[in-house]
Amino acid sequence: MSGRTLVEKVWDDHLVHRADGEPDLLYVDLHLVHEASSPQAFDGLRQTGRRVRRPDLTLAVEDHNVPTDSLLISDPMGRAQVEQLAANCAEHGIEHLRHGTAHQGVVHVVAPELGLVQPGMTVICGDSHTSTHGAFGALAFGVGTSDVEHVLATQTLPMRRPRTMAVDFVGRPSADVTAKDLILAVIARIGANGAHGHALEYRGEAVTALTMAGRMTMCNMSVEAGARVGVIAPDETTFAYLADRPARPTGAAWDDAVAWWRTLRSDPDAVFDRTVDIDVTALTPFVSWGTNPGQSVPLGAAVPDPASFTDPGQRSAAERALDYMGLVPHTPMRDIGIDTVFLGSCTNGRLDDLRAAAEVLRDRRVDSRVRMLVVPGSMDVRRRAEAEGLHEVFQSAGAEWRLSGCSMCMGMNADRAQGSQRIASTSNRNYEGRQGDRARTHLVSPAVAAATAVAGRLAAPSEL
Amino acid sequence: MRAVSEHTGRGVALRRDDVDTDQIIPAEFCKRLTKSGYADTLFANWFTDPAFVLNQPDRAGASVLVAGHNFGTGSSREHAVWALRDWGFRAVVATSFGDIFLRNAWKNGLLAVVLPEPAVAELADRVDADPAFPVTVDVVRTEVRAAGSRWSFEVDERARWLLLNGLDDIGLTLGRDAAISAYERARRPWLPTLHRGRFGTAVTVGEQR
Ligand code: SF4
Repeated sequence: MSGRTLVEKVWDDHLVHRADGEPDLLYVDLHLVHEASSPQAFDGLRQTGRRVRRPDLTLAVEDHNVPTDSLLISDPMGRAQVEQLAANCAEHGIEHLRHGTAHQGVVHVVAPELGLVQPGMTVICGDSHTSTHGAFGALAFGVGTSDVEHVLATQTLPMRRPRTMAVDFVGRPSADVTAKDLILAVIARIGANGAHGHALEYRGEAVTALTMAGRMTMCNMSVEAGARVGVIAPDETTFAYLADRPARPTGAAWDDAVAWWRTLRSDPDAVFDRTVDIDVTALTPFVSWGTNPGQSVPLGAAVPDPASFTDPGQRSAAERALDYMGLVPHTPMRDIGIDTVFLGSCTNGRLDDLRAAAEVLRDRRVDSRVRMLVVPGSMDVRRRAEAEGLHEVFQSAGAEWRLSGCSMCMGMNADRAQGSQRIASTSNRNYEGRQGDRARTHLVSPAVAAATAVAGRLAAPSEL
Repeated sequence: MRAVSEHTGRGVALRRDDVDTDQIIPAEFCKRLTKSGYADTLFANWFTDPAFVLNQPDRAGASVLVAGHNFGTGSSREHAVWALRDWGFRAVVATSFGDIFLRNAWKNGLLAVVLPEPAVAELADRVDADPAFPVTVDVVRTEVRAAGSRWSFEVDERARWLLLNGLDDIGLTLGRDAAISAYERARRPWLPTLHRGRFGTAVTVGEQR
């Protein structure tokens, strides 16, 4: 018998029931809930007279609707959704992190930093970027509201095991290449649906060298390649990150846990359904030009000519994307002027991301034509950043230092782009209308975001 | 859930690939607390264009959407399925779907089926040419029929069985309570747990809300 992949090991460890021809019934160790995808699920419980099976394995966070410049939600519908979550959590005894409280933030930032996500766990959330938690060697799936209700009621989910795909990064990237650039390069290579039906496992020196924040950035965007799951095997970096988190195992249990966590890696003879090699030695910072994350190129390249795509579907998609983005083929990416810079989100709103941007902005000014929003991924991130004085760097550069939430990542709260503003954004999706009805999004890393803010056009720190 | 075994309706082709859930329903419409009432939110940003295919009077009443590659990619919002359903769609035929969208669709009785590219292209041409062209999606025989053609599709067996029988997925799983409880007794004791007030605080800073 050949060995097992990491995904298979964690999967098998959570089997509640297995029968031929049926999906496996998997146990869920942690259920993350936010206000936007849960109201109808709680309502379903109410209608059927069911209860939440394990409130003690459930955490709710307010993030999608909350404004980041005040604690007052002016939009009545957004406020109603947040209040409904509060009422549902009170009714079912679920721990709930409210806007303005100490640990609130974007759900995928908050849960890991409290130590609630650990290697080998299964994590479910009614949000596609749940894949983030794979950075810990956890199996983390985004689901819709019907599945949220299923997990609330049963703490399990019937699922078929995805096929497996190893993404092997080969070589060592140059110092200016970040996790964001690596994952954008992967998506550009395999396509926005290239990993459909697969669980990705990221491997190689370029991955082990990443901090946990970088690993979360990478796994976060697995869904942008069409995968529901992306994992990285836990190692000393993972254990060190967890060692002082409040929800970690303590005492003898810590040693037991670490001993188990060390076994959570794909066996040398494990067989993946697919493998891709990504040579990172020649990579440079990546930015998106189009309206899906696969439409990305190196910052030093130019807007592609739709005629250069041989696939007719890709060609017409490129034509439409350029029309929406207001871009002309062959324009150097570096010549594209930017109105707004958004630093934040569950992709790049962690302390390491803020540090990387602050390093670029120190003793510099945001261009007078540019508005820059800095939105910490959580109130914990905000506090730690302030303890290091990062807020002063941002503020003296002319950027706005905000409270925590999803903010401009997605146009559901007050931080919506107006008109056809062009945004350099550290978030994960450059879809049409994602950040505002006609907003034009370029996905970038935190360092490129900061350099862009200074230059007023897409730029790398090395150009300043 | 209501049992569904097949649907026949007029088709309409949406000739775009990678139609993401932010297009199907922009996030600003995902603030409602209900599971229905989303008809006016479907493709909200595209409906402002008079040339948009669903704005054409002869497309009113279409119920089978013929899409392209990777339909429903992106966010997990089930609202995308609710919006399609509330507008009147009962089936979507595409060459591929976003994973979460596909799962959400079947859970709501929206027949999202994958056909090979030539079949989807032929269907799109036929429905473009004739707004009254009927397309049948048959869950029993797992095939799509239109005029003289038929194409079989693959579907998750459990999703199909649940839909054909109108079964409640959660109720079925609750029937496995003994297995779930047995699993719970064997879980590692140090796995993290929560309780109200562990990290949250009831009072918000400044009491501004
Ligand atoms: S930050 Fe963006 S991607 Fe992340 S959970 Fe919020 S809306 Fe979703």
